[in-house]
Amino acid sequence: MTVSADLDRRFRDAAADAGLLDAGYDLVDSPVGRLLVAATDRGVLRISYNPDPDEHLDRLARLVGPRVLRSARRVDPARRQLDEYFEGSRHAFELDVDLRGTTPFTERVLTELARVPYGETATYGALAARAGSPTAARAVGMVMNRNPIPIVLPCHRIVGAGGNLVGYAGGLERKELLLRLEGALS
Amino acid sequence: MMAAVAAPIPPFERFYTEHRNEVLRFLRRRLGAAAAEDAFQETFLRALHAYGRLEHGAHLRAWVLTIAGRIAIDTLRRERPRGELPELPVEDGRPAYEELAELTGELPPTERAAVVLRYGYDLPYDRIAAALGSSPVAARQAASSGVRRLRRRTHR
Repeated sequence: MTVSADLDRRFRDAAADAGLLDAGYDLVDSPVGRLLVAATDRGVLRISYNPDPDEHLDRLARLVGPRVLRSARRVDPARRQLDEYFEGSRHAFELDVDLRGTTPFTERVLTELARVPYGETATYGALAARAGSPTAARAVGMVMNRNPIPIVLPCHRIVGAGGNLVGYAGGLERKELLLRLEGALS
Repeated sequence: MMAAVAAPIPPFERFYTEHRNEVLRFLRRRLGAAAAEDAFQETFLRALHAYGRLEHGAHLRAWVLTIAGRIAIDTLRRERPRGELPELPVEDGRPAYEELAELTGELPPTERAAVVLRYGYDLPYDRIAAALGSSPVAARQAASSGVRRLRRRTHR
């Protein structure tokens, strides 16, 4: 006797609706592969190109509390906006983000990153300057590399001084695909 | 010497997937298939509610089966009253039945019980009948004649 898919879903929905989760996560299919998306009451907490929950559960629980449960309901708002983004009908995300666990510098850089518009790119140095640390291009590169919420926080729009793509934690092919989708690469 | 390390609390997802089938089997044995589904949901919602306050992750299986056992008892009490009184929520520090019990102190025993169960516990007449060992019609009559008697007394 095992729990039916229907009973399982009803419990997970009720848990999310009752506000009992420290974080809910689910897998979201996209043209850049299957994503793991986690969200809290404060907003989107994590987007990862590694969709294996086992690789994330303990870290998420340490960050927000042990009540971490897979929940389609909790992730649905982010899923809808990601779908629209990949269809090309959404150019700006209207999602709150939960940046707990990041340093003040990282938060400042990610806040500036969120302002780089759809279809445009900026250099690491320019982003460092906007974040108030014009000499910190290398540190900004580190922040991009560890961006907890890629796509929504568009680190794919940050490129080298010569316009070359340089690198991407999710792999250069993904960076290229995202920039092509946005029309930033010909 | 090394200090004993408390068992860590696993993320709820792991706890839930590890124990959900056993909890459902347990509840089915106690309640049958239909009632087990509601009790299942109630069990894990209650566990989730308490989960953030756990101090360690030891004995989680026993813990969740204890919760399931309590919910099974509550469910059976709700569904098949056999004369025992359910627990009532306390409002304003004093349950409604307590107030009624005082008010109805001088009624004949059957009428008093019927009035208290109907208006204090909000039980339907078939369950009052089960509790009193009478028929629903007799239970209704006992309650209404008890209420009439109370009215006469307060208007005197």
